[in-house]
Amino acid sequence: MNRTARRKLISNIMMALTGVCTFLTVSTLFLILGYLLWNGGTSVDWNFFTKLPKSPGETGGGMANAIVGSAQIIGLAALIGVPIGFIGGVYLAEFGGKTMSFLVRYTADLLNGVPSIVIGIFAWTVVVVPMKSFSALAGALSLAVMLIPIGLRSTEQFMLSVPLPLREGALALGASKWKTIATVVVPAAIRGILTGMILGVARIAGETAPLLFTALNNQYWSAGFNQPVATLPVMIYYRAISPYEDWHRQAWAAGLVLLAMVLVANIAARLILSRGAGAQRG
Amino acid sequence: MKTRRTFLFGSVIAGFLALGASAYAMVQINAAGATFPAAIYQKWFEKFKTAHPDDQINYQAIGSGGGVRQLTEGTVDFGASDFPLTDEQIAKITKYHVLHFPTVMGGVVPTYNVEGVSTDLKFTGQLLADIFSAKISKWNDAEIAKVNPGVKLPSTDIVVVHRSEGSGTTFVFTDFLSTVSPDWKNKIGKGPTVSWPSGLGAKGNEGVAGQVKQTPGAIGYVELFYAIQNKMPFGAVQNQAGKFLKASLESVTEAAAGAAKSMPADFRVSIVNAPGANAYPLSTFTWLLIPDSIPDAGKKKAIVEFLHWMLTTGQNDAAPLSYAPLPKSVIAKEEAQIAKIH
Amino acid sequence: MGNTAAVVAPSPGGARRFLKRLQDGDEIAHMLTLIFAASVLLIAVLLVYELWIHSSESRQRFGFNFFFTQTWDPNSGQFGALPYIYGTIVTSVLALLISVPLGVGAAIFLAELAPARVSNMLTFLVELLAAVPSVIYGLLAIFSLVPLLRTYIEPGLKATLGFLPMFQGPIYGIGFLAAGLILAIMTFPFIISISREALLEVPREQREAALALGATKWESTWQVVVPYAKLGIMGSIFLALARALGETMAVTMVIGNDPRIKASLFAPGYTIAAVIANEFSEAVNGLHQSALIELGLVLFLLTMILNAGARLLIIATTKKGSSRE
Repeated sequence: MNRTARRKLISNIMMALTGVCTFLTVSTLFLILGYLLWNGGTSVDWNFFTKLPKSPGETGGGMANAIVGSAQIIGLAALIGVPIGFIGGVYLAEFGGKTMSFLVRYTADLLNGVPSIVIGIFAWTVVVVPMKSFSALAGALSLAVMLIPIGLRSTEQFMLSVPLPLREGALALGASKWKTIATVVVPAAIRGILTGMILGVARIAGETAPLLFTALNNQYWSAGFNQPVATLPVMIYYRAISPYEDWHRQAWAAGLVLLAMVLVANIAARLILSRGAGAQRG
Repeated sequence: MKTRRTFLFGSVIAGFLALGASAYAMVQINAAGATFPAAIYQKWFEKFKTAHPDDQINYQAIGSGGGVRQLTEGTVDFGASDFPLTDEQIAKITKYHVLHFPTVMGGVVPTYNVEGVSTDLKFTGQLLADIFSAKISKWNDAEIAKVNPGVKLPSTDIVVVHRSEGSGTTFVFTDFLSTVSPDWKNKIGKGPTVSWPSGLGAKGNEGVAGQVKQTPGAIGYVELFYAIQNKMPFGAVQNQAGKFLKASLESVTEAAAGAAKSMPADFRVSIVNAPGANAYPLSTFTWLLIPDSIPDAGKKKAIVEFLHWMLTTGQNDAAPLSYAPLPKSVIAKEEAQIAKIH
Repeated sequence: MGNTAAVVAPSPGGARRFLKRLQDGDEIAHMLTLIFAASVLLIAVLLVYELWIHSSESRQRFGFNFFFTQTWDPNSGQFGALPYIYGTIVTSVLALLISVPLGVGAAIFLAELAPARVSNMLTFLVELLAAVPSVIYGLLAIFSLVPLLRTYIEPGLKATLGFLPMFQGPIYGIGFLAAGLILAIMTFPFIISISREALLEVPREQREAALALGATKWESTWQVVVPYAKLGIMGSIFLALARALGETMAVTMVIGNDPRIKASLFAPGYTIAAVIANEFSEAVNGLHQSALIELGLVLFLLTMILNAGARLLIIATTKKGSSRE
């Protein structure tokens, strides 16, 4: 075989290999989804959504309190994190001075990269210890700390992408800066901002580590935000490492529910974004 | 459109607040501690709540070490542990004096997952020490065969499974091993956590049971309930009198018999390697750690009521779950201790 | 606007102008948004402060020896971080060894070979992998990956490559290899997504020039395009590494939680994140807790450095791409 033919052969083989790599990586997603759907689908039952957990070894329990608990914690975290991230992002995009903007951006990226277990330690020291109690509040705060940088950066990104002529038009008509932002820029960027927030919330919805020693867990319905609360990810963890078949079943069911929520949020967010971008261009 | 959005938003907020506020009428008590008695504790708290709907005791089984720690920090209202607190640990809690209330007795059993072995294996104390310190690494080792003549042991590797967190079950197990093996005492010692020479760490009694169940060749130590519940084989352990005994209601109760007669006033006692022909050597009391001063009137009432209930009706739940109910003399003394809670 | 001026009493020019600006709302808006943005700084400062303060007992007691001691014994008060650092590094490096070749390979395919629509669709699917929570990866790993490893893969490796110390020793299924594999899967999306972006940034002229000179597709990709996108690809690797270092749940569910340093990949191990998750709520005394928080501080610093490095690399790539246009 002459050199050219050999080089061509190598080229074809290597490019085919990259296809194999793609196949392997993409197929893991399908394997994961498939496996979870198979095991979770057969495990989800009415009990799961309506009953409270039962003592070790007893069957028929469910995770009703964990589903509501997760909703409570995520809701509270969003309530705290979304406004702060949004308004902070407005600052970066519209008002930011050079040094301040740099500092805030750098710090937000820093916080974004902090492992969630370390955020859990932080929430424990500043909320659980002074409050002398594990609480949904502590859990929500740890999740909010993770949500803020995500919301901040995505808000900034989408606000900056609003074209200059739009702003200038409003200013030319005599509107003040904040009015321009509120009535022109934000509505124009709202799709992207919303997407960012949804993705952020979906990301914190699955976090387990920070909740282990902030929200702890609860056998019953949560008795208030200053009390421990059951959450889906924490329940999945404890059920998965247990020896009981029934509890494994519940872990699969919970895993399916959690993953479904997260994936739906992700897909919805991206759809909103792609349709919004299309509309703008059109 | 805007009004509809605000309405939706507002009702969501209202819903949250309602959820939070409605619960304030209830007395919510948080407790944490041992996984050893978790099976009966969860059942007790469930039953207690059915009888007293306004009192909710949320018990989180995070291990005895966790129970002691959270009680010391003040983040829970009471704790639970399979080992009594040392004087040092009691001194650390300055706000009040900690009262020990034994609840039930239980036994720690060596449970295993060995292919082809369905009969109960026998273990001497020294043998267990050698297995868990990795001196013996295969199931067909001569030492194991010596104590179990006639049993066909495979050549699989022994996989030790121990606790990854601070555990009263570990305390009892290592206490026993320290008593029967001077080598263990010197090199590893006893405690809620020790530096294990090898093996996998699992979380809680459930985690150890789960790990042993899933790993061929594994051996771990769990409370009797977990082995029975999961239909896992567990071995007989040689007691001080030389007899090989499996943990059971009778053998555990026998182990506590001597201690029941000479129970110290603060109920801190160890019944590991107790004397007696039919005493199970790995037996232990397990305690609720209750503050002697509870400022919240609602919580105090609930806890006192629970303790009375636990010492009377509650004891009936022990035997079905493979725990041994308290001796009558101990119950009487505890009833007297309840009066100390102010 | 007229009546507001009437409400304000006549005052010297400067104050009047200030009040006017105030009434326009811009100053308020500026201050308000500034406060919210500054809260990020406050949180970060507080975080570092708390980590520093609460780890002081351990730092003072052990000093730098903390990083080189193997013993971790809460009973005797001896705390050494070496087994956890070892475990964290081994699992992360193993994860990268698997995910970088596969990920970069897939990125090349998606950027160079696949038609745009297929490429976008597949990338979207891969990025969905990044959204799967860690605990679900752990759940899957326990029940599907570990038995697979224990029954087929590890015995197979032992039989074929057993002369290497890393494939010797008893087989549990659980251990470094299981953790490394699950981490590899978790880092795929980062490598693929960002490397693909970096590759797409490479100007067309580069490829065309190479092909015009007679290079095959592979030679053009591997010898021209990839080196051009090198910085971005490296950035993706840094990010993936940072993610792998901090992973908690999936790792603690399959690594075996044994603080020992072993050469074999079949052996159980422990990572920094895993030990914090397991022992934090019941650290028996102040020193134990302090040591755990010091571990947290170490993890924080490691991920901070890696993330900063990653962003610099990624920024450098985009700058390079745009400057050469």
